[in-house]
Amino acid sequence: MCRLLSRRLPSVPSDQNVAVGGWLASPGMRRRLSERDIEAIAEGSAILGTGGGGDPYLGSRFACRAIREHGEPELVSVDELPDDALAVAAAVVGSPVPMMEKLSLGEELGRAFDGMQEAMGRPITAMMSPEIGGVNTVVSIALAAERGLPVVDADSMGRAFPEVQLVTQTIHGIGVSPMSMADEHGNVVIMKAVDNFWTERLARSTVIQFGAIAPALAFPLTKEQIELASVHGSVSLARDIGEILLERSGEDALRAVLDRTGGVELFAGKISGVDRHVTGGWAVGEVHIEGADAFAGATMRVTFQNENLMAYVGDEPMACVPDLLTIVEQDSCRGITTERLRFGSRVSVLAMPCDEQWLSPRGLEIAGPRHFGYDVDYRPFEGRRPSPALLAARG
Amino acid sequence: MRIGIDIGGTNTDAVLMDGDRVVASHKSPTTASVGEGVERAIREVLDIAGVDGEVVRRVVLGTTHFTNAVVQRRGLDRVCAIRLGAPASRAFPPFSIWPDDLADATRGSVALLPGGVNFDGSPITALDEAALRTAADRAVADGLTSIALTSVFAPLSSDNETLARDVMAAQQPTLSFSLSSDIGNLGVLERENATILNACLASTAVEVMKSIESALTRVGVDCPFYLSQNDGTLMSADFAARFPVRTFASGPTNSIRGAGFLAGVEDALVVDIGGTTTDVGALRRGFPRESANTTELAGLRTNFRMPDLVSIGVGGGSIVSLDASPIAIGPRSVARELRTRARVFGGDTLTVTDLAVAAGRLSVGTPSLVAALDPELVARATSRIQELVERAVDAMRLAADAVPVVLVGGGAPLVGPDAFAGQTVLRPDHADVANAVGSAIAYAGGESDRIYDLDGLSREEAVQLAEDEARRQCVHAGAEAGTVEIVEVDALPLTYLPGQSVRIRVKAAGPPAA
Repeated sequence: MCRLLSRRLPSVPSDQNVAVGGWLASPGMRRRLSERDIEAIAEGSAILGTGGGGDPYLGSRFACRAIREHGEPELVSVDELPDDALAVAAAVVGSPVPMMEKLSLGEELGRAFDGMQEAMGRPITAMMSPEIGGVNTVVSIALAAERGLPVVDADSMGRAFPEVQLVTQTIHGIGVSPMSMADEHGNVVIMKAVDNFWTERLARSTVIQFGAIAPALAFPLTKEQIELASVHGSVSLARDIGEILLERSGEDALRAVLDRTGGVELFAGKISGVDRHVTGGWAVGEVHIEGADAFAGATMRVTFQNENLMAYVGDEPMACVPDLLTIVEQDSCRGITTERLRFGSRVSVLAMPCDEQWLSPRGLEIAGPRHFGYDVDYRPFEGRRPSPALLAARG
Repeated sequence: MRIGIDIGGTNTDAVLMDGDRVVASHKSPTTASVGEGVERAIREVLDIAGVDGEVVRRVVLGTTHFTNAVVQRRGLDRVCAIRLGAPASRAFPPFSIWPDDLADATRGSVALLPGGVNFDGSPITALDEAALRTAADRAVADGLTSIALTSVFAPLSSDNETLARDVMAAQQPTLSFSLSSDIGNLGVLERENATILNACLASTAVEVMKSIESALTRVGVDCPFYLSQNDGTLMSADFAARFPVRTFASGPTNSIRGAGFLAGVEDALVVDIGGTTTDVGALRRGFPRESANTTELAGLRTNFRMPDLVSIGVGGGSIVSLDASPIAIGPRSVARELRTRARVFGGDTLTVTDLAVAAGRLSVGTPSLVAALDPELVARATSRIQELVERAVDAMRLAADAVPVVLVGGGAPLVGPDAFAGQTVLRPDHADVANAVGSAIAYAGGESDRIYDLDGLSREEAVQLAEDEARRQCVHAGAEAGTVEIVEVDALPLTYLPGQSVRIRVKAAGPPAA
């Protein structure tokens, strides 16, 4: 996915690499996001994106270009935001195929931003990614570079999810509206919806008229709301994981990633079957993995709907949404998106703890197994402990 | 009789076939000039068989010449790249995200003009004919002759590209055109990249076709010649002169198909053991299984259909270190210097070939030169090589399929009889020239890849439309009408899109017209 990217980026002198994992140790230290960081964030997003989010290639190229042209944006922790901060998120809404044809990151993105600012009636002072995974994480960073704004070290999922309302703000009753969408012709649509479910519906109708793909700005948040309702430290976490993957491989990388995220290696083996179909606009399916080494003799089944959702051995769920389930290639430890799962690949299945907000009754109601049609209650995977990185960011 | 030639980076292989029988084969080092190499290869196989050029009814060539021209940035035309779709897609103009040296070697000029359609076929903006005429004049004024035209969603509707070509050609008749709808699939940047690569080879392609033609005349062969393309089908010389980019992956494809043909199987896993690498590909119903991933060529993202391959750095020339723990094999290789650097040839470098000789699997060079190697270490090293090859095969094997393994390539004897336990292993005759055989047996092919809106059209009707188009393309590529068969139909519903859009891919193939 991002292998192409790595070949064209300057490598960082080795004396700077000692900073791996060191960001959160000094929360007061200000950081700027370099092209190398974009590369690392894209790799880390492939782990935290739980198989979804799509190919971040275009978004990464776009962010790197924005950084070259406009300079490196600052990454600020939630604490560092001024009290009157107004942060918004950028996202590309729609289908991956029109994105591949229309490359909807031109002037339309800037117009959507301007529309959002107009709808808010006051200046936007920071960008915050809506999710960690795929194109949207880096697009928000690119826009921050373009507009000279800082990037908040947080997001609204701590992973990737397929629907607009599946954000931590929904748990706390905070609206994602207004939303501003724009197309290449100069059209801008501002939506003010009564709740996040309506925003999802209205955005889907608008995006069809815009050619099934459009940049959108939404999720206006004050500092107080970000403190309460976002996943803190997730950009740093993605960047740290990415640095691990760029510097190490195999078992060594795997251990380091698990250490950083508080996750476990749930299973390891060879992909023996992938079943995929499309239902209601989602890429739905399951992958079967034949166990090897310590897992020999067993078979794991991971089900997905754009993102990986559940992992079973037999009928027994071993891990379930909203915890993070990511399938990585064994040799490289790189995350595999659901559309790239392939017979014969040797993989490990990682289960990683989601942000604790998702485990509240309301969090599980909107993003637990039952929301995705599974007749089981959420159960933590064996060995689950809260994410050390995310806890540290919350202080 | 027919001749198949495979011109690789290192070796040029040729076979003369009578029906399905290999009459003569020959391997020689590749020459700088394609024409000379073809001439020499044909003379050799005709001499071995003791026949005249008159008996040859068809010549099919596979060549890496065009791939290498791009990789080495050699003899490339500068291209005028025009994208139709403005104001959409402007975030990344043509030549965006290109390696600097390749862009420097091929960029003539760039224009983003109105045109293109949306996913539902509705126009983004109307084509601007006046702007196209101006662009044609400007290209000529800039000294450019080769135009790459890419319209947004061209795989869905190519009308914009063909109309733009007609307008520009009427204005400036000397221009040549590469249209993205003829070349690539969905993904405007990847498709455009492939189209520009095709356009930058326009002059080279015409020259190469001429040099092959005159080589055939010199050896007294008076018959049509074809080039084999990425998917294992062939194209006429005229077609190849317009679409050189379609030869880019013909090497591995020919090897996979040739192996299946020689072994008499249509479904198999093919292991081609060369000097530096071992490539494992999958043969499915007589054609290579294609890779689902984006392919990269010379540092450039494209969406060519390439055979799905697993390549490992183990071949006959791979350098071995018995001191390392575990024993280290490859990926460094002595490559073309095997016959001077390997121990059995009096050199000082321990290679996989030396191990094979020490293990008694191969008899080349002077076996006594490796007699002192510790037999236990040799056994461990050879089993490590087998393990690496077996693992590559394992990665290509689909769930629960029991297709045989076919071993080909010069290094096939490196893998012993005890390898692939429990699997059927075939070692066909003429395995060292499987790629030239793959060339000789190539069919003419055609394909269609379009998105259909199933509003007012049944799925069966859409498949029928796609099949008709693939058959037409197949005949256009040189197949005899009436013999064309549909070899693959793939219908993929598009996620996220409203209504019922389905992407249908069809491939057709048939023997070339006599």
